[in-house]
Amino acid sequence: MTTIPTKGDRIVKAAVLIIAGLLLFAPFLFQDIRSLEVAARICVFIVLVASYDLLIGYTGIVSFAHTMFFGFGAYGAAISLKQMGPGWDAVVVGALSGVLVSTIVAIAIGLLSLRVKAIFFAMITLAAASVAMVLASQLSQFTGGEDGITYKTPDIFKTATKLMVDDNNKVVRLFGVKLNGKLAAYYFVFATCLMLFLVMLRLVGSPIGTVLKAIRENEARAEAVGYRVVAYRTFVFCIAAIIASLAGTIYAMWLKYTGPDTTLSFTIMIDILLMVVIGGMGTLWGAVIGAVLLVLAQYYLRDLMGTAAEALHGIPILPYALEPDRWLFWLGIIFILLVYFFPKGIAGTIAERGAKP
Amino acid sequence: MDQVNKLIERLGGVYLLPVAVSLIALVLIGVPSSWVTLTVAGLAMGMMIFLMASGLSLVFGLMDVLNFGHSAFVSFGAFIAASVLAWLGGWLGSDSIILNSMAILAAFIAAFQFGLAAGWFFETVVIKPVYHDHLRQILITMGALIVAEQMILAIWGGAPMSVPRPSFLEGAFLIGDVAIEIYRVYALILGGLVYIALYLTLNRTRIGLLIRAGVENREMVEALGFRIDRLFVGVFMAGSALAAMGGVMWAGYETLITPALGAEMMIVVFIVVIIGGLGSIEGTLLGAIMVGLVANYVGFLAPKLALASNMILMMVILLWRPNGLKPAVK
Repeated sequence: MTTIPTKGDRIVKAAVLIIAGLLLFAPFLFQDIRSLEVAARICVFIVLVASYDLLIGYTGIVSFAHTMFFGFGAYGAAISLKQMGPGWDAVVVGALSGVLVSTIVAIAIGLLSLRVKAIFFAMITLAAASVAMVLASQLSQFTGGEDGITYKTPDIFKTATKLMVDDNNKVVRLFGVKLNGKLAAYYFVFATCLMLFLVMLRLVGSPIGTVLKAIRENEARAEAVGYRVVAYRTFVFCIAAIIASLAGTIYAMWLKYTGPDTTLSFTIMIDILLMVVIGGMGTLWGAVIGAVLLVLAQYYLRDLMGTAAEALHGIPILPYALEPDRWLFWLGIIFILLVYFFPKGIAGTIAERGAKP
Repeated sequence: MDQVNKLIERLGGVYLLPVAVSLIALVLIGVPSSWVTLTVAGLAMGMMIFLMASGLSLVFGLMDVLNFGHSAFVSFGAFIAASVLAWLGGWLGSDSIILNSMAILAAFIAAFQFGLAAGWFFETVVIKPVYHDHLRQILITMGALIVAEQMILAIWGGAPMSVPRPSFLEGAFLIGDVAIEIYRVYALILGGLVYIALYLTLNRTRIGLLIRAGVENREMVEALGFRIDRLFVGVFMAGSALAAMGGVMWAGYETLITPALGAEMMIVVFIVVIIGGLGSIEGTLLGAIMVGLVANYVGFLAPKLALASNMILMMVILLWRPNGLKPAVK
């Protein structure tokens, strides 16, 4: 399936490039703590959603256990940083153990359920994810239970760390931005996320990616041509799990806190689903757009809803409907409508423009 | 070995599994009185889960539709029942058993009616456009679940809600030194009645015949001139109503319900349906009883393991029979 790039394709790619540029210069463009928080969250979620897209968009299997892998990575880093103290060795150990656990669990789930029916897979992953969540809150001596774990990351990421000092031993400012550990942390997040995203792009462009697309389009035919569908699906499930786990480690490094709410909760799974559907399944570009839109909406639109609800005070129903608590309700409705009318999401719909039918 | 297999098959095959499990548990527990209590608790729990799961399984078997929003009916049923019971507090608090039963009946009727109506709406509006497309089905029903949960939050609020229980269902009675909660017996009887009703409908009536035929070969039934889509709406409505009833039972059992109830039950329901094999009522009953028994036994024997017991049970059974214990012919 070779596609000639259409006008729409170019628009999507240009949009993604602009987003990448904005994220690259985010600390300088938006100089407050909250914006940096948003930018880092966007970076991590782009990777997380893109790795989920490998599953849902490229092989057509729905997993509800993606947050579980995200959590494995985050908890791996958190526990090792807590036990071994802040150091790079702890980070590496944590990341590797997260990846190892994720791989083993992914292989087990994959072999157990992928050979039966795709729909079993959705249910089994849901059950596995819920067990992981319960375990995280019950094994409190390791995971800190509901409270989670706070820990220190390597010294270079401390806000007090000075990357460059001038003659008076003060932090150098570049375009008004202090070159401190926070900036280093952000660029660590940005660089690692970019790397993971590029790895995924490479994977999708490789012959394996083509096979995956073939499986998505016509499973029986791919099998008949001689590709072992189960093996490929399990493989891509493992890859997605590993990348999600690494994303979890990165997020844990950024937040310096890991708890069930930030990594394992079902709300995050729903967020990932929404991002992938809003952005567009089957193109990693869509994941970027979806993640950016939804994270921005989460941070800013919700506040806007609160303001709107207060402004409309006195009018019946309206303020009630616009209350920030109703946020998920509206997202759910938008989600359903999107799946009905724009199953290809934003990226897919735009990319179709200018394509010859 | 062959002869043993044949003997087991003649005695009931996989239906012996719950018996085997409970016998092993008897040996492990060692105290007959607590074993009886646990077994009754497990059976009652299994019956309630069966109510919730049966609709899901039938709908899948008949139409290849997997409804991730199924648990929304359970939670709505529970909350509607709680509201009705709170509203009829006077009847419930009186000494007359007749008035008490009337209140409970009213709660069941309200939940059942709601289940029918919501099932119809769900089927025609939400699911019909995405038949034969599993990926979008999963996504859309998931979206519907989110919306439904948010509606429950908006209507009843996030605080836990207590469910009043009439006095004649409270407490326990003693047989020898075995204490048995009355509510569990009540759940057991009600679940058993529903199962018998479902079994008779499916196996002794014309509609049941059509449903079973549709599960086995849908196109053939359609080719013979039956409107199977209408039949499906009916099955879907009945399944939703049963789920709502299961919610009522569960609400009375737990006596304190939160909006998270649906999500919690969904996992169990899925596990039951997977264990039992999609599409068959017998399989669902078997799966539900297995889950109920194992959850209670493990909770007694190794409380630490209780959380993962369902998951382990599912893994073991899937390794043994990848399609579930008693899948519908397909």
